[in-house]
Amino acid sequence: MNAITKPKFLYSKGFDTFKNFLFTLPAVSIFTIFYILPFYFIFNLSMHEWNGISPTMTFVGLENFAELMGDEIWWKSMWNAAYITLIALTLQNMVAFALALACDRDIRMKKFYRVVFFIPPVLSEVVVGLIWRWILEAGKQGGEYYGLLNYYLHKIGLVSLVNDWLSDPETALSCIAVVHCWKGFGWGFIMLLAGLQTIDKQLYEAARVDGANSWQTFKNVTVPMMVPVILVVVILTVLGSMQVFVLVMSMVGQGLVYHTDVPVLRILSAMDGTKRFGYACAMGVNFGLILIMVSVFFKIISNRMKQA
Amino acid sequence: MIDKYQSIKTIKGIFIHTFLMSVALTCLLPLLWMVRCSLMTNRAIFTDKSLIPHEIHFANYLEAWSKGNFGAYFLNSVIYTTCVVFGIVIISSLAAYAFSRLKFPGRNFFFYMFVAAMMIPLPGSFVPLFVLMNKLGLINTRFGYVLCMINVGLSMSILLLKTFFDKMPKDLEDAARIDGCGRLGIWWNVALPLARPAIAVIVIFNSLNVWNEYILAQLLLTNNSLMPLQRGIMHFAETNSVDYHLLMAGLTIAALPIVGIYLLMQKHIIKGLSSGAVVG
Repeated sequence: MNAITKPKFLYSKGFDTFKNFLFTLPAVSIFTIFYILPFYFIFNLSMHEWNGISPTMTFVGLENFAELMGDEIWWKSMWNAAYITLIALTLQNMVAFALALACDRDIRMKKFYRVVFFIPPVLSEVVVGLIWRWILEAGKQGGEYYGLLNYYLHKIGLVSLVNDWLSDPETALSCIAVVHCWKGFGWGFIMLLAGLQTIDKQLYEAARVDGANSWQTFKNVTVPMMVPVILVVVILTVLGSMQVFVLVMSMVGQGLVYHTDVPVLRILSAMDGTKRFGYACAMGVNFGLILIMVSVFFKIISNRMKQA
Repeated sequence: MIDKYQSIKTIKGIFIHTFLMSVALTCLLPLLWMVRCSLMTNRAIFTDKSLIPHEIHFANYLEAWSKGNFGAYFLNSVIYTTCVVFGIVIISSLAAYAFSRLKFPGRNFFFYMFVAAMMIPLPGSFVPLFVLMNKLGLINTRFGYVLCMINVGLSMSILLLKTFFDKMPKDLEDAARIDGCGRLGIWWNVALPLARPAIAVIVIFNSLNVWNEYILAQLLLTNNSLMPLQRGIMHFAETNSVDYHLLMAGLTIAALPIVGIYLLMQKHIIKGLSSGAVVG
């Protein structure tokens, strides 16, 4: 026997279980402090009026939410984000799917394409935004446009199309949406390609033996097999595009408030600009609920499609 | 008949390659334009329109580097990325191992808590997080920022590793246990080395995420000397909005390392992403 005997409880079953729990302790404590606490805070703060500094907050109940319902700029920003999302869903995902289909067959330089298409997604939104801001620049120097797009539009004779892309309220949001697609399609492409490669090649052969042409094969084999992957891509696109804002910030700043504002930017300016923390939290809760509803909606659709 | 079939195939091939090539060029041209502009003088940018500049000025990079204080920003970004990724791998693998192999009450509850966090989007969470960090006195500290970013990547990593551990055969662990390995020893000597493919995916995803993160860095790190690269570029762009050659040089400095690392490791990255996509 050792001189120092360990206390008996160290050998008990309960302590053993506790040691098992200790493995998860770092993760659980970080999660509690940085996720659950803020989660509680955001609901709590959304019912208060607080400037972020003063030691007292005033309880206002649901007043922030009531004000939010009538906040025209907030709903406009929501609409702007929805517009970007809509373009991302159609343009970005269609291009991604077409590219994935093209790369799924035996063609040359497959690897090259795969590598290149994923370059925009690895860049940061700040870098992407600033590069494109410079390309869409509308200034003139010595009678020539120095923004790449306007310069070439002018050169090939499409003078009527030359535009101050990012200052014109008509085009600014669309430009942001297109750049967002440029940055994002690589993700969809990689995921859809991975999905396409898991489809059993025998299915295609069987379809061909049955006399299906390539359109019929696509419609009756590829698409049904791809539904789960497509839905993951769709949900990720929606959640990602709705919450876009660094790109907006780096492309147009906060200049065209009404026309290019997106919800996250509104939350940020309510907090950092006007110092209304409670109102900012109410926006966050409201936006979060909308996002949950949208993803539940897509989940229901996906279940329906699986049953069909 | 065969000739007709062949020619249709060729035409199809040309069509597909034109499509792929045009998209590939759309991906590359903006970047080439950026590099091009970064090598010219500010005056030449406005007068010279050829794709390859007549005079090449590498001095722009030096000027941008020192003027934008990129050295410090760079170092900060490297510190944050390594600390966060290291922390995520250790913490999430410990937790995932416990969720997969060890028994304790509330195991499923805690696991589904992490999964649920992934499903519930909390877009304004930076507001309460800022308030909380303020209360804890962690504003403007590297430690606070790193902890926040670890939390961001935790859920996904735990889910990924738990699915991986669940599929892992138990024999090796049993052998290690017979050889006298404790829980911690098995985790370190058996589970972690075997989980290398999953850990690679986690490292890739989270490195990208931390390196490119912007919003928390802006809110939590107002001190100039603590800012990561993304904040640094934005700051540089705000102060040098007329010096396009310097701005483009700064952007190239910021973009080049990540594109370089990506090109070096693209095989692993795309493989990891594809497997991650199928799991997700």
